[in-house]
Amino acid sequence: MIRKRQQLVETIIHGIFLLLGLVTVGCVLLITVYLILSGIPALRQVGLVPFLLGDTWESTAKEPSFGILPFVLTSVYGTAGAIFFGVPVGFFAAVYLAKMAPARIKATVESAVSLLAGIPSVVYGLVGMLILVPGIRTLFRVPDGASLLAAIVVLAIMILPSIIKVSVTALEAVPQEYEDASLALGATPVETYFRVSAPAAKSGIAAAVVLGVGRAIGEAMAVMMVSGNVPNMPALFQSVRFLTTAVASEMAYSSGLQRQALFSIALVLYLFILLINAALNFFLKRNKEGG
Amino acid sequence: MSSIITAKDLCLWYGGTQALKNIDIQIPENSITALIGSSGCGKSTFLKTLNRMNDLIPGVKITGEVNYEGTDIYAPGLDVNLLRKEIGMVFQKPNPFPMSIYDNIAYGPRTHGVKGRARLDEIVERSLRGAAIWEEVKDRLRKNALGLSGGQQQRLCIARALAVEPKVLLMDEPTSALDPISTSKIEELAMRLKERYTIVIVTHNMQQAVRISDYTAFFLLGELVEFGGTEHLFAQPERKKTEDYITGRFG
Amino acid sequence: MENNSISTGRKAYIALMKGLCLLSAAVTCGIALFLIGYVLFKGVPSITWELLSTRPSYLAGTIGILPDILNTVYLIIATLLIVLPLGVGAAIYLTEYAQNKRLAAVIEYAAETLSGIPSIIFGLAGMLLFANTFGSCLLAGALTLVIMNLPTVMRTAQESLKTVPAGYREGAFGLGAGKWRVVRTVVLPGCVDGVVTGCVLSAGRILGESAALLFTAGLAHTLNGFFASLASPGAALTVALYLYAKEPGPGGAEASFAIAAILMALTLGINLIAILAGRYFKRRSAL
Repeated sequence: MIRKRQQLVETIIHGIFLLLGLVTVGCVLLITVYLILSGIPALRQVGLVPFLLGDTWESTAKEPSFGILPFVLTSVYGTAGAIFFGVPVGFFAAVYLAKMAPARIKATVESAVSLLAGIPSVVYGLVGMLILVPGIRTLFRVPDGASLLAAIVVLAIMILPSIIKVSVTALEAVPQEYEDASLALGATPVETYFRVSAPAAKSGIAAAVVLGVGRAIGEAMAVMMVSGNVPNMPALFQSVRFLTTAVASEMAYSSGLQRQALFSIALVLYLFILLINAALNFFLKRNKEGG
Repeated sequence: MSSIITAKDLCLWYGGTQALKNIDIQIPENSITALIGSSGCGKSTFLKTLNRMNDLIPGVKITGEVNYEGTDIYAPGLDVNLLRKEIGMVFQKPNPFPMSIYDNIAYGPRTHGVKGRARLDEIVERSLRGAAIWEEVKDRLRKNALGLSGGQQQRLCIARALAVEPKVLLMDEPTSALDPISTSKIEELAMRLKERYTIVIVTHNMQQAVRISDYTAFFLLGELVEFGGTEHLFAQPERKKTEDYITGRFG
Repeated sequence: MENNSISTGRKAYIALMKGLCLLSAAVTCGIALFLIGYVLFKGVPSITWELLSTRPSYLAGTIGILPDILNTVYLIIATLLIVLPLGVGAAIYLTEYAQNKRLAAVIEYAAETLSGIPSIIFGLAGMLLFANTFGSCLLAGALTLVIMNLPTVMRTAQESLKTVPAGYREGAFGLGAGKWRVVRTVVLPGCVDGVVTGCVLSAGRILGESAALLFTAGLAHTLNGFFASLASPGAALTVALYLYAKEPGPGGAEASFAIAAILMALTLGINLIAILAGRYFKRRSAL
């Protein structure tokens, strides 16, 4: 009798933990389903091709036009620019931390890096608004400094910590034997780091770059504060709007088809992110297998 | 026979513990010298002083002298990278780089400034032939070296060391991670290589020392107990400790 | 040995690479120091007792951030209260109960996917799931943050559960204890360090989060108690910073820098706690 009751209790508790485990899966499914359901109506009404490839976004005009090509291109260019500046700095800093830095300096620089990672996006946005934007205006003599370039600089700084951390982990995991072999052939330590250690860690470093891409393409608040938020086709000194900021900037006062179109933008962004996540998993897995 | 490497009164400390005590040895050119002794006796440490790989370990202190072709290799101002080009090394565990076979071999020459496709092709082929592995890999030079078997990897590592045209090859228990067939291939290779190179090999396998080496040095607790012709040392050891070791009384 | 030094070309390459490494590390450090210095320099002088202890008044034209501070605190508390049982429970399921490898892989994959989703998407999903059903309020914001932080708490709890030696469990089972008893008495106490680390990391993330709150928690600056706040809209510190920076009325710029300085100081504090907690648990597990 007692045994039976105890067994029942065990089964119930097992069930509870199973449910708790499934909460994560439920969340992902809910988010996906809701985004798809809310994103599809506008796509249907506007049409997939005009929506994705239309180059005019006039959501509140009398004859509204919902083309998100400017946002897609801005997100792509902005991310590419952030990678262009952020990855070299992050990579070289990672090599310094993983291979060259004395223990003390390494600890100091690493805490600076985790601090950068912890700074809220709105603070990046605020500082960008007050230093970067006027700076670009005076330096390049453009009418408005709130531009793609300002967003690129902010994003490049914001992705630095992820790139550095993941690359350092990958570089530190390179077996000592590879480096010994290179040194024994008469290569100097620095030559060894760049010609043996870094190539051996290439999957991990690729993962770092992909992670940076994900961070950059998903950032909303900081770029909203420095990019001017105008739906122009992207140019370096032009005020622009990203996929993320397109959603954020109009959501508060949107209605009807305009609101539905915002959800479609979110769906496009979500698909981008899922693709990037898949790429990230691929590289991380390959890194673990030591390829 | 003239000696290519001479150590005089060589001592080495790891932090507070002395790992090598007053080593005096003259390593003859174009021969195989085996370093034997139980583990922790200093034979590997001694090997690594010859191309200064010990420099990489923090807290190492070295006194005395090691001469290579008349130059003190611990003299200030000596370029350790050029020294390691002359004195190559093969490690206990095969450690090819995670790159193609071709790039593994070309790594050393490229590092030392060799350019040009034809020149590199020639070096790669010559080195792989030199290490008796050319026939096995010539059709897959672009494939990843990690796909080779353990024995092939070790011969690849020997080829990689040969590619920078060293005069001396240091081998640190190069067959301890290999099966018997691969081991005998490496041993044959070593005996062929001594015509052109000087080989110093650390081994814990006394049969191996007898099979391939011309000279043997017996280390015990950081001291060089006895050094001489291999046949002589194994047949009529001069010191009691050597006799005890080679007859299996300890170690 | 014929020549006594490596070629000038190699020397130049080495110097260049070393220089780039040093420069990059210095730039990274420099940016971090500059950001901290600049924000504190601009913000700290604006932090007054009046700012900290009042709510904004359009009548008097003054700005006070007490409601925003409280909202951030409430959000952290509410989120952690909900996410802890969920995350720790999921971790226990994965390490103690899951026999179905495929199901465990699905859960792990879902957690990985969640941790890769940007906060603006969470904000939107939170709006659809919560704010549209029961209105924008701190609870809707907190629930959104729960989903965001679930993977973090789960991951840290899992890591620490892995360090509970299998021998403990076997010992308890050997004494005839049922599974639930073993989990309660042996496994749960073993993951305290993971829970603490997870809390610190999540608190840091919630403190700095803005995009996920914009459309879920609302923008109001009203002063309420804990439970009343949960049911009514309210801006967290980050959201208030954004609002004041975007539409700077009188004193708006000062207020946003004051908030930035407070956020920066709290971020530094949380970083420090995370480091200290990590060290403490490391030392304790080494004993």
